[in-house]
Amino acid sequence: MSHNRLDRSAIAPELRRIERRLMLKGALSLGGLSMLSGCALDDEPSVERALSAMSRFTDRMQALLFSRQRLAREFDASRITHPFPFNAYYDESEVRTVDPAGWRLDVGGLVSDRRPWSLAQFRALPQKRQITRHICVEGWSAIGDWSGVPLSMFLQKVGADLRAKYVNFRCFDDYSTSIDMATALHPQTILALDYGDRALPPAYGAPMKVRIPTKLGYKNPKYLASIEVTNRFPGGYWEDQGYDWFGGS
Amino acid sequence: MLSSRRVRPRRTPSPFIRITHWIGALSMLAMIGSGWQIYNASPILPFEFPAWATLGGWLGGGIAWHFAAMWVLMAAGVVYLGYGVLSGHFRRDLRPVGPRAIGRDMAQALRFRLSHAAGHYNAIQRLLYTGVLIVALLTVASGLSIWKPVQLGWLTWLFGGYDVARRIHFAMMTLIVAFLVIHIALALLVPSTLFGMVFGRRPSAAPEVSVQEGGAR
Repeated sequence: MSHNRLDRSAIAPELRRIERRLMLKGALSLGGLSMLSGCALDDEPSVERALSAMSRFTDRMQALLFSRQRLAREFDASRITHPFPFNAYYDESEVRTVDPAGWRLDVGGLVSDRRPWSLAQFRALPQKRQITRHICVEGWSAIGDWSGVPLSMFLQKVGADLRAKYVNFRCFDDYSTSIDMATALHPQTILALDYGDRALPPAYGAPMKVRIPTKLGYKNPKYLASIEVTNRFPGGYWEDQGYDWFGGS
Repeated sequence: MLSSRRVRPRRTPSPFIRITHWIGALSMLAMIGSGWQIYNASPILPFEFPAWATLGGWLGGGIAWHFAAMWVLMAAGVVYLGYGVLSGHFRRDLRPVGPRAIGRDMAQALRFRLSHAAGHYNAIQRLLYTGVLIVALLTVASGLSIWKPVQLGWLTWLFGGYDVARRIHFAMMTLIVAFLVIHIALALLVPSTLFGMVFGRRPSAAPEVSVQEGGAR
């Protein structure tokens, strides 16, 4: 979740979204290669097909490289980045907020208990804290301090089919992303409720953010609204536009 | 005909080297252009690369190109390195020679009198090619370390952590681009080497071939 650089604060977010869809159309176009070959290859769908086939191959390699035992490095509190940067597909002034008391997490898909969860239910479970490096697909990184409930524990509580392929996250800021079950069960994958010693502030995804230190920033959704366990490939906001789906680090 | 009885020397460089050279060259160019696209998303220095020099159109396209080219480059690299070691090409042709031979060849090169006999690598070539191979390996390794700082955490640690590794990756790219400038300029100055890397050349029996022999070994 990034790309604040592309945002122009004067333009309405809706317009910006349309702009991005248009950009997506030219996303895998060959501005550069036409320079090499001397001819425009923008209309060459075979090149786009080849690139997305390679991207799927890269995803498979990433899944092979991933180990559920290997942990992301955890840091000393002195290494935390101050201030931890805000980033989303919109500006900080457009952050949406909800009343924490009224907020519910919807649970769906291949689970035995689909009742929504309140914040109090999550607070009643044991919390895990981590000071880890958030790495953005753009290249920058920042070290932050999150705590919350391990996703694996939550999935067990709702009786999720742990052999399912994907866990899909939908957010009330219209963001979405999805991860592989192996990463969902990784011990450092948490449903974060706190940043530092305080409840997650709006800028960092209040009331709940998924923190996955083994994945890039765009696989760490904020403003969580629902969790779905599924075997059908769910994609995601940036993934549908061309980022590789696995996004592992 | 009498000449048909003579054993003709093999074309050089070997087809393995010629094919992997050009696949490597194209994928390297794609990696540089797409790498500049990725760099522009979050520059570490106070400049951006001009859009015309980048590949992919936007960050997502740049990443798609970067990884597609990476697999191609790695495949060509494995074949090339395997061939280089097993055939003795590295030991015979690319192993750098002593400083005296480098000084002598450098002096000749600056007077545009350095010989480029087919099948023979002069001291400057040995130094440049060995150097760029090491830089290319460091580029790939530092790139892997910023792609997989968790799964390949030991590699990221070796490069001094994520942020340092990212800068090393950039610095190695810069060295490769510097090499390309020299390499392409020299290939254009001595076009026979350019043809040689496409079609191969047969080493001639003329004595000029051994001009460089007997240097400091």
